[in-house]
Amino acid sequence: MASPSLMDTLFQRTLDDIIKGLRHQQAGESAFISKVVEEIRREIKSTDLHTKSIALQKLTYINSIHFIDMSWAAFHAIECISSPNFSHKKVGYLAISMSFNESTSVILLITNQLRKDLKSNNEFEVSLALDCLSRIGTADLCRDLTPEVFTLLSSSKVFVRKKAIGVVLRVFGKYPDAVRVCFKRLVECLDGTDPQIVSAVVGVFLLKIFAKLAPLEPRLAKRVVEPICDHMRRTGAKSLMFECIRTVVTSFTDYESAVKLSVAKIRDFLVDDDPNLKYLGLHALSIIAPNHLWAVLENKEVVIKSLSDDDPNVKLESLRLVAAMVSESNVVEICRVLVNYSLKSDPEFCNEILGSILSKCCQNVYEIIVDFDWYVSLLGEMSRIPHCQKGEEIENQLIDIGMRVKDVRPELVRVGRDLLIDPALLGNSFLHRILSAAAWVCGEYVEFSTKPVELVEALLQPRTSLLPPSIRTVYIQSAFKILIFCLHSYLLQRENIADDMASEMLGLKSQGECSGSSALVTGKAPACQEQDEGFNPRDSNKSYEDLSIINEGDVSALLEKGFTHESIVNLLNLIELALGPLSGSPDVEVQERSKNVLGFVDLIKQEISNGFVSERASKIIDMVHDAFTEELGPVSVNAQEKVPIPDGLMLKENLADLDAICGNVQLPSSISFSMGSPFGESVGASVSIPQSKEESEPSSESTSLLAEHRKRHGLYYLPSEKNETLANDYPPANDPKSSDNTNDDAQDLVKLTDKSLLPKRRSNHAKPRPVVVKLDEGDVAPIIAKKSATRDDLLSDAVRDILLGNVAKTASSQSIISDKSSSKRKGKEKLNVDLPESREILGVEKPDLGNPSSRRSKHRSHGKEKSRKSPEKKNSDEIGDGEKESRRVDIAIVGIKQNKELKGP
Amino acid sequence: MIKAVMVINTQGKPRLAKFYDFLTVDKQQELIRSVFGVLCSRAENVSNFMEADSIFGPDSRLVYKHYATLYFVFVFDTCENELAVLDLIQVFVETLDKCFRNVCELDIVFNYSKLHTILDEIVFGGQVLETSSAEIMKAVEEISKLEASSNSITLVPKTVSGWRNR
Repeated sequence: MASPSLMDTLFQRTLDDIIKGLRHQQAGESAFISKVVEEIRREIKSTDLHTKSIALQKLTYINSIHFIDMSWAAFHAIECISSPNFSHKKVGYLAISMSFNESTSVILLITNQLRKDLKSNNEFEVSLALDCLSRIGTADLCRDLTPEVFTLLSSSKVFVRKKAIGVVLRVFGKYPDAVRVCFKRLVECLDGTDPQIVSAVVGVFLLKIFAKLAPLEPRLAKRVVEPICDHMRRTGAKSLMFECIRTVVTSFTDYESAVKLSVAKIRDFLVDDDPNLKYLGLHALSIIAPNHLWAVLENKEVVIKSLSDDDPNVKLESLRLVAAMVSESNVVEICRVLVNYSLKSDPEFCNEILGSILSKCCQNVYEIIVDFDWYVSLLGEMSRIPHCQKGEEIENQLIDIGMRVKDVRPELVRVGRDLLIDPALLGNSFLHRILSAAAWVCGEYVEFSTKPVELVEALLQPRTSLLPPSIRTVYIQSAFKILIFCLHSYLLQRENIADDMASEMLGLKSQGECSGSSALVTGKAPACQEQDEGFNPRDSNKSYEDLSIINEGDVSALLEKGFTHESIVNLLNLIELALGPLSGSPDVEVQERSKNVLGFVDLIKQEISNGFVSERASKIIDMVHDAFTEELGPVSVNAQEKVPIPDGLMLKENLADLDAICGNVQLPSSISFSMGSPFGESVGASVSIPQSKEESEPSSESTSLLAEHRKRHGLYYLPSEKNETLANDYPPANDPKSSDNTNDDAQDLVKLTDKSLLPKRRSNHAKPRPVVVKLDEGDVAPIIAKKSATRDDLLSDAVRDILLGNVAKTASSQSIISDKSSSKRKGKEKLNVDLPESREILGVEKPDLGNPSSRRSKHRSHGKEKSRKSPEKKNSDEIGDGEKESRRVDIAIVGIKQNKELKGP
Repeated sequence: MIKAVMVINTQGKPRLAKFYDFLTVDKQQELIRSVFGVLCSRAENVSNFMEADSIFGPDSRLVYKHYATLYFVFVFDTCENELAVLDLIQVFVETLDKCFRNVCELDIVFNYSKLHTILDEIVFGGQVLETSSAEIMKAVEEISKLEASSNSITLVPKTVSGWRNR
């Protein structure tokens, strides 16, 4: 690029020219800007500072309005501030404050110029330098310039002094050691009667400081609360009033009279016409809600009315409050109100409402829900709200409740049925996840259904083609479960009839004959015995679970008034018809599942022809039914972690040798994958032979294709033959438990926890899992709190330190001050390495001052715990530094009183 | 602490942007865009506060005021009082009005540097410095005077630069 010529200097465009130029550009704005930047790059190299500063000014403008990077011009900016001309300096400082940051390499080059300008006689130059420092001051800059800033604190010019105070805040933030030097002077500034400095703003600021200090020092609150209340009663300034309220509700919630007063003031805000005040009132209420719920309840009407406010902020805030009001006793009515509001509001807020209902109700494992039947039907209702997009959450809750709360299952199935049966819902993709849950619930708890056949029809209706494959698989699997249930009930019915007949007519006849006549049980006696055991409630060999399920089966079988042979055949035909096309589905999962069901249907159809059920069929049905009746329970989030990794399993190995690993590990695991059914292996053995035959017969063509496919994508198939037949036993795709199936140890563990869950779950639907969940939450929340606190702590600790130190300093003499200066030096060296540590060292150096460092660390680690402990701690401490404390508080009070006087009405 | 001051027109063009913590230009642009996105969707006669947590991170608040074709936006953290900041916007606009006599968007477009000077007298390094518009005016006028006097020494006649555009 050519060096700047005289022409450039003479005919340089000013910032105004650029702005005008930009305004005349309609389309080619970016082209114009890049031309200008080109120009600036040339001009800025000029040796003439005037040209340079104009170029820099233009660049700053383009940087801030048109977002063009200007970090490359850092050095030119430094050249400009060194100009003796004020306007050049000003341009330079503006550029620096806009573009410099910690990583600017030349930033330390400005230290000397800043120092020079800070000492300047021209107050406006000083102000430029102060402004710059307040914007870009790094730890190094702050450390090096602290003495100059410190001097300026006592400047005679108000204009400079107030800016110096502003800089001190930045310096404190960046370089906390400066507190030791400056704080006293700062307090003097505040104490001064200069109305310029102590304004309403400072009043607010002081209150902020109190709010921060209060949790650290409970005794402070006692002294400050009254003046603040006084203030609240008298002040006319809304901002100060709000700050008082906020201070009380955040920090002084234990002082009942103060809280009452602020709640009264909040009510004034709430009924005000100004939407701002209303919003702030609601905001203050939401701060106070966790500690004083009565305050919210008192203003219930306003809050609920605000739900239909025009302002989205107000709506959100009131929604939060409404959610906070929810309790065991009013959850029903509040949810009703909220659902009504959600019907009326725009989609976004509607989902906010639904989200808050869902999250509130599932808190601590449905802590506040008593009537689960109601809640489940509410979930169903929410799913039908047109804007509802909370499918995933509702899905999770439906399944979760199903697993946790036994008593609600009949209602759950009813709700699920209503959802499944409505063909319109299938068109809404937001509802698909809910439908998936409904399908799963209906399949899993089908024994509570009054009309299982209707469910199968719903699950296989043509519009299910609108579902994504992953959910379709759930539908197919559920249909299969229901089919098994129907077949089983049918068998049971026949058995009962046969038993009745047998006892009536043939009482003493042998079992062989019995089976012959009824065609129910053919073949050998042991098999017959086995069946009988299954259906005899009095038999003690069976586990509790099996018993209960059979009992339930009995009950529902009675309810249905039974299946006829015809209805069963119709059902089988229906399934065959609906799933037939799916056996060619491009989705592997859908294809495989429908294939499995079809194979099974085929087999059964052959076996039950002519109104007879063969022994083999009834045995198969029984076994599959047994597999399905295994109850699925909630699983702890940490369950997987608790599973010890078996010896042979190498989780971190490269997946390339997955084939080899599969060969070794999965084969044995598939055998023991028996869902605890007593027949375990025999299921595999007895079923696999016929079924594989059946399957190969009707669709040999597709199986050969399948075989081909299997060869190519072997990884995605279940490995062994036995597994294939058992595939029916796999829980549906979205079953939360499925992850555990990969590992038999995990399964055992789950079963174990399951059993331990069982009795408790009955009595109270909120036990073991919540403990785990809570633990997780407990881990997360405090971390966040800590993080946000650290920076403020740093400063308030330092302030606190000084407040304590100040008093002590007056008592003892210079020695401490000299001690301090040495400590300051030490801190300086340490600072870059580790800030908190350097402070710790400083604390140790002056153990006489009420041992602040040790106490400080206690505050930091315990936070809230502290306030509870305070009484006993007070006793032990009070003797030591009670006097100091009271004086320290006095200083603070003086501050606020003065402020009060100045502010006036 | 005040984190940012923005003046955006109703078309979404920034007229003034001042961030009190350093941000890259890309980040600045993104923030201004998202703020404007929310602002222009808000109705008239609603509160002047906006939830800003999603844009500026937790604990940030945003107060804005809509004058004619301009939005004046202040972003700040928990250390400031919402109502006080609202008053501050009023002070800022009043001062502009005094400075430019019936301020309009054009004044703000063409007086970029002066705008910064004014704002620097109100907000200083993120802290509220002055709330009296008379005081602010006094300081700004003196600074302008100083600037003018230091510029008058320069040899290049200002009018020359205008030729080039024609």
